Amino acid sequence: MNIDNTIDITDVVCPVTYVKVKVELEDMEPGQVLSVRLNSGDAMQNVPRSLKNDGHRVFDVTDNEDGTYTILVERGQDD
Amino acid sequence: MADANFKELKKGGFMKQKQKDRFSMRLKTIGGQVTIQQLETIRHVAGTYGHGYIHLTSRQGIEIPFIALEDIDTVKKELAKGGVQNGVCGARLRTITACQGNAVCPSGLIDTQHIAKECEARYGGREFPAKFKIGITGCPNNCLKTEENDLGIKGGIEPQWHHDDCIFCGLCQAVCPSSAITVNKKEKTLSFSKDQCIFCGKCVTTCPTSAWTGQAGYNVSLGGLYGKQITIGRHFLPLLHSEDELYRVIDVVLDFFESHAKPGERFARTVERIGWDKVEQLVREVL
Repeated sequence: MNIDNTIDITDVVCPVTYVKVKVELEDMEPGQVLSVRLNSGDAMQNVPRSLKNDGHRVFDVTDNEDGTYTILVERGQDD
Repeated sequence: MADANFKELKKGGFMKQKQKDRFSMRLKTIGGQVTIQQLETIRHVAGTYGHGYIHLTSRQGIEIPFIALEDIDTVKKELAKGGVQNGVCGARLRTITACQGNAVCPSGLIDTQHIAKECEARYGGREFPAKFKIGITGCPNNCLKTEENDLGIKGGIEPQWHHDDCIFCGLCQAVCPSSAITVNKKEKTLSFSKDQCIFCGKCVTTCPTSAWTGQAGYNVSLGGLYGKQITIGRHFLPLLHSEDELYRVIDVVLDFFESHAKPGERFARTVERIGWDKVEQLVREVL
């Protein structure tokens, strides 16, 4: 698995969580992979859904069993 | 208005205050939405005939306190001119509450505002042996606390999983609040426990490959109360998939309440007295 970039958003709360992910993805190329570490609960409920709405694709989820998850996101095409 | 009929006034949304001949005037709102034209009218009336403030009620309504008895007719006329109607109090179908629903909220699964308007048109102000409250919320986040209402309507989705579209990423398991989904990433299997599903639709809205789909519907609860006595509304109906079905259920419930309730008896108490099985049977007959 090629991971092009990683970000940890466990230190912020919604809506900053998604804003940080969005900013990170903007600097990446379509098809590249971003690894995101995020808190269970609100962040996990909202960030993957927002990624979908913006045309990015989550393809792997790992439960870190410490109250956080790591998701792998393939950056979508620009509109 | 020397011979004020307080009962008539209450019917029209005038709540008698402890101060002599002063009324807190309840205005009609549907689903908690007020236009700026209405706000300007309300501002004018509260400033001219009230004490320069309004009170926001617990059911998304507005009251203008300190309206004098002699001003009631003028106030009614001025409000009507500005597109504001009086609310209702007493033994009637009360203000219908609703969240913003799927027209605005990313979590919304149903058009709560549309349902609220339709319910108001069909049932608003209808007289009963006791008050009856309807509340509508767009999804299982339940911002509008539907189970507090005599009849609650909550948006939901009954999800269906499509094996061929699934990449077994595990996202649905992670977002499912009721642990109804288990994904085995290694063996590429998924199990779904329908009994545990709360119709929240998180799997459908987050699935990156649309392997989860589902039709939105209405999850109805009955018999909620949140006053001197507290009862949580019960869910025993399947998710209703059409508006027609929803109104047939509401019709049956309201007719039952109208014909069986004792004066002042709330719906939950009526049903407890006569039997939940009777109501369930009546409702199932129209589905």
